[in-house]
Amino acid sequence: MIPAAFEYYRPTDMAGVIALLQEHGDDARVIAGGHSLIPMMKLRMADVPHLIDLQAIKGLNGIAITDGTVTIGAMVTQHEIINSAEMEKAAPIMKEAALQIADPQVRYMGTVGGNVANGDPGNDMPGLMQCLNAQFHLTGPDGDRTVDARDFYEAAYMTDREDEEVLTAVSFAAPVGGFAYEKQKRKIGDYATAAAAVQISKEGGKVAAASIAMTNLSDTPVWSDSAGAALVGTACDDAAVKAAVTAMLGDIDPTEDNRGPVAFKRHAAGIVLGRAITRAWSRA
Amino acid sequence: MKDEVTREERVAGLKGLGCSRKRVEDARFTQGKGNYVDDIKLPGMLHGDFVRSPYAHARIKSINIDAAMALPGVTAVLTAKDLEPLGLHWMPTLAGDKQMVLADGKVLFQGQEVAFVVASDRYVAADAVELVEVDYEELEVIVDPFKSLQSDVVLREDLVAEDGSIPNGAHGPRKHPNHIFTWEAGEEEATNQVIDNADVVATEEMYYHRTHPCPLETCGSVASMDKVNGKLTLWGTFQAPHVVRTVASLLSGIEEHNIRVVSPDIGGGFGNKVGVYPGYVCSIVASIVTGVPVKWVEDRMENLMSTAFARDYWMKGKISATKEGKITGLHCHVTADHGAFDACADPTKFPAGFMNICTGSYDIPVAYLGVDGVYTNKAPGGVSYRCSFRVTEAVYFIERMIEVLAIELNMDPAELRSINFIKKEQFPYTAALGWEYDSGDYQTAWDKALLAVDYKGLRAEQAERVEAFKRGETRKVMGIGLSFFTEIVGAGPVKNCDILGMGMFDSCEIRIHPTGSAVARLGTISQGQGHATTFAQILATEIGLSAESITIEEGDTDTAPYGLGTYGSRSTPVAGAAAAMAGRKIRAKAQMIAAYLLEVHDNDVEFDVDRFVVKGTPEQFKTMKEIAYAAYNQAIPGLEPGLEAVSYYDPPNMTYPFGAYVCVMDIDVDTGVPEIRRFYALDDCGTRINPMVIEGQIHGGLTEALAVALGQEIAYDDMGNVKTATLMDFFLPTAWEVPNYETDFTVTPSPHHPIGAKGVGESPHVGGVPCFSNAVQDAFRPFGNRHTNMPHDHWRIWQTANNLGMHD
Ligand SMILES: Cc1cc2nc3c(=O)[nH]c(=O)nc-3n(C[C@H](O)[C@H](O)[C@H](O)COP(=O)(O)OP(=O)(O)OC[C@H]3O[C@@H](n4cnc5c(N)ncnc54)[C@H](O)[C@@H]3O)c2cc1C
Repeated sequence: MIPAAFEYYRPTDMAGVIALLQEHGDDARVIAGGHSLIPMMKLRMADVPHLIDLQAIKGLNGIAITDGTVTIGAMVTQHEIINSAEMEKAAPIMKEAALQIADPQVRYMGTVGGNVANGDPGNDMPGLMQCLNAQFHLTGPDGDRTVDARDFYEAAYMTDREDEEVLTAVSFAAPVGGFAYEKQKRKIGDYATAAAAVQISKEGGKVAAASIAMTNLSDTPVWSDSAGAALVGTACDDAAVKAAVTAMLGDIDPTEDNRGPVAFKRHAAGIVLGRAITRAWSRA
Repeated sequence: MKDEVTREERVAGLKGLGCSRKRVEDARFTQGKGNYVDDIKLPGMLHGDFVRSPYAHARIKSINIDAAMALPGVTAVLTAKDLEPLGLHWMPTLAGDKQMVLADGKVLFQGQEVAFVVASDRYVAADAVELVEVDYEELEVIVDPFKSLQSDVVLREDLVAEDGSIPNGAHGPRKHPNHIFTWEAGEEEATNQVIDNADVVATEEMYYHRTHPCPLETCGSVASMDKVNGKLTLWGTFQAPHVVRTVASLLSGIEEHNIRVVSPDIGGGFGNKVGVYPGYVCSIVASIVTGVPVKWVEDRMENLMSTAFARDYWMKGKISATKEGKITGLHCHVTADHGAFDACADPTKFPAGFMNICTGSYDIPVAYLGVDGVYTNKAPGGVSYRCSFRVTEAVYFIERMIEVLAIELNMDPAELRSINFIKKEQFPYTAALGWEYDSGDYQTAWDKALLAVDYKGLRAEQAERVEAFKRGETRKVMGIGLSFFTEIVGAGPVKNCDILGMGMFDSCEIRIHPTGSAVARLGTISQGQGHATTFAQILATEIGLSAESITIEEGDTDTAPYGLGTYGSRSTPVAGAAAAMAGRKIRAKAQMIAAYLLEVHDNDVEFDVDRFVVKGTPEQFKTMKEIAYAAYNQAIPGLEPGLEAVSYYDPPNMTYPFGAYVCVMDIDVDTGVPEIRRFYALDDCGTRINPMVIEGQIHGGLTEALAVALGQEIAYDDMGNVKTATLMDFFLPTAWEVPNYETDFTVTPSPHHPIGAKGVGESPHVGGVPCFSNAVQDAFRPFGNRHTNMPHDHWRIWQTANNLGMHD
């Protein structure tokens, strides 16, 4: 498992990155933690003649929490998410989810930016970002722009990001209420058989708002508006949970693979979501 | 007198038998100081890499190497055409079949070796692989052995005569072009008669899925042909270096004394490194052709896709019993999927290994076993993955049949085992399928195990859980997995065990140095078992020198005596016995030297821990250290100088380790996720050489058993594509998935082994797989489950629950 030959660049500013992307077009890719990209290159499923390392670019690091908005630089690793006390206070679902990604070795390297930009339906952060209604900040030859996480994913490995754009940060309003990230996987280091991200807020014993997103159950993450809606106004009782699960099942479209046939995945998705809702509600 | 050290202190100082001596290997392994094949770097060395077939069955219309050869750094691209003049485009397998080294006209499995690129470094080699153009014409693919036996598609055209007739194979007549052999043991008619007239009969079909040993270190070799002196040196991942030397000599025509085979440190073998692979042959040929050393090391995907798999047995059983549960007969038929070439690593006369140990630990009066080997478009292999030859299959079979019979009898499976155990006083016991079990005390072990886990209490808890489930109070069911296994290891007596004609003896050569330290060399090779630690302990006790003063060397055919290598738990039963016997030869000479030095008759001295003492006057003695010195510095009348011995040990019988395992498991029926609450393993491996090493072996073997039972498989789709070729899908458990293991033991020494040891490395795997599987199946027994096939991964467990209506 040896990748094809490539040129390696380590620019020190974003202009340099974008210039390289413009120069080489399709033949260039940025590398962040490399833990999705390098395996693909070694399998020769990704051919990247020009590899642009983002490690030396300033301004892509750090977690900032200001005025209720959480901003995470693209190069922040999953390990940093887990170890940030402010993050745990502002958006505890981030830690709960990050702990279920891969293993410590991968999490030391893998970045939030790489995880959301990658476009692999197996990645956990995209669904999580949709649940949190995050914004993705991109920069490119034509300047900066912002895209909703819920509008970013088009198909497997296909996103709204242009080839010459770089994702610089993700941001979201610090969530309120209860949360849960529930993931079923075959073993440590595995992508989800089914995973659910849930945020619920409570008012007067009833669900005030709910946001639900599912991972690895379609060729993109699935934010299920109707599943969330099914909970709003209810006391999150069994019937409401069931309604939310039913609504979610209408939105996902899993395919058979080594993790199991479609019927199993749909069942597991329902169970995982039910548990996530119950846990989130208990924390709301 | 001059000796103030107590006898106990002297015994402890030896670090001999029974001592939990720390592994001497670990200092280097834990510091990254091991020396593996891929660590070998020789001046001018080139690197080889394979072009492999993307198809499972295709004809090769053409191979164009021009673009690859044009790449700077590429020295050669070998194809079957280049190997043919040397007669090396095919090679013999250990099972009496032959196998393509490089695709000769067609490919028969995905990942098959098509061309061998030799280049200045592995990066260039990998690029050149991409540039070799192969034009394939796809053929119909057969991945199902039952369909294969019905199909018109001939997989092995080389095995059909021109007139269309089917010549005999290495193991007799073949019924179909895709059929390899039929192998039978026992009496079919008598067995059928008993079963047909029995009170109770249970039948079951089970598939023991294809899996892979997946050692952490993949396979590889470095060949260095010195054209000046005509000597070939071959380093490689070999579990049997001496056999490799013989095969290399026979294949290449290079005289055996001009070949040196070295197995350096080996990062796990588990049977995967017994066979001879095309990569080894190609590295040799490439070194001969280029005149410089050539290295070949496969990557993980290549290892999983092309080197020897394990299992892939379709087993059909019938077991009969009286109403009281006494088993009266057993019938077993196996359809064995061997892939594209029969490359099983079994003793020559045993094409299905020791599958005929499938009567297990039970006194079964009559039995029959028939095995049909079949070709399919899958990778060749069929090795013993952490077990003696096909013993995991046999034990899985009988331990499932017992459970199924218990269901049929509506009886507790623990009790059913007790009723049928071979009794202590029946040993040596000749089983219906021919083996003579050397020793055992099954009931004692079983009772100890059941008591340790409070078996009755567990059953009561399980019954409560079933009720709670039915009342809708829980979605978790509880399984109690039982297994009682008997292994057959230590192959084996030369009269019936050989590999490629080489009798399966083993050997040990000892040299005692003048200062009382020693080096011992054996025909085996450690792959993590800790031979350097434990063999020194055997010798320490036998010859009275501290294990710390004994170096163990293996794996270099220029220095080690000929032996058949390490697999099938044979090292301690065979080479360990050779070590003890060689030690006894040393001791015999030492006795004469001691008598001379003490000026008494030979018979007037006796061995005592680390010395010879004059009988009745223990203060008169000579230590082994003193004796060793005397052997080199004195002229002793009637004795040659020096203190050396060699022993070639032909074991009179196999050894039969056994054990009793219990697993307690909780299963979430909605997600199919199993949780192992408890795992208790009692092993009886006879005399215990190093309890700590035994415990380590048991932990490792159980972990591989967990892997196989709960998810580890090599799966193919209908087109013969391997679906599990990376560690993302091929299940290798980490510390996270592994439960806490409780180990226990009884000791029933082997009556024929010099020190009574039986071998232990494979027992936990053999006994563990059915135990984990039985736990899953037992959880669903109260809901109507009889049998479901492994691997019990989440979705298959969920499927079981679903089929039983537990999601309604
Ligand atoms: C064994 C293993 C198990 C894993 N398990 C999981 C899991 O359970 N869940 C999970 O979510 N992930 C898992 N991963 C993936 C891991 O989390 C990756 O690290 C992550 O998906 C990608 O982050 P990265 O920083 O490594 O990105 P890279 O691999 O460097 O890049 C990935 C892709 O994103 C692009 N990219 C990266 N950064 C940017 C940017 N700032 N702007 C634009 N494009 C960018 C790259 O060009 C590339 O195409 C696993 C990985 C491994 C090796």
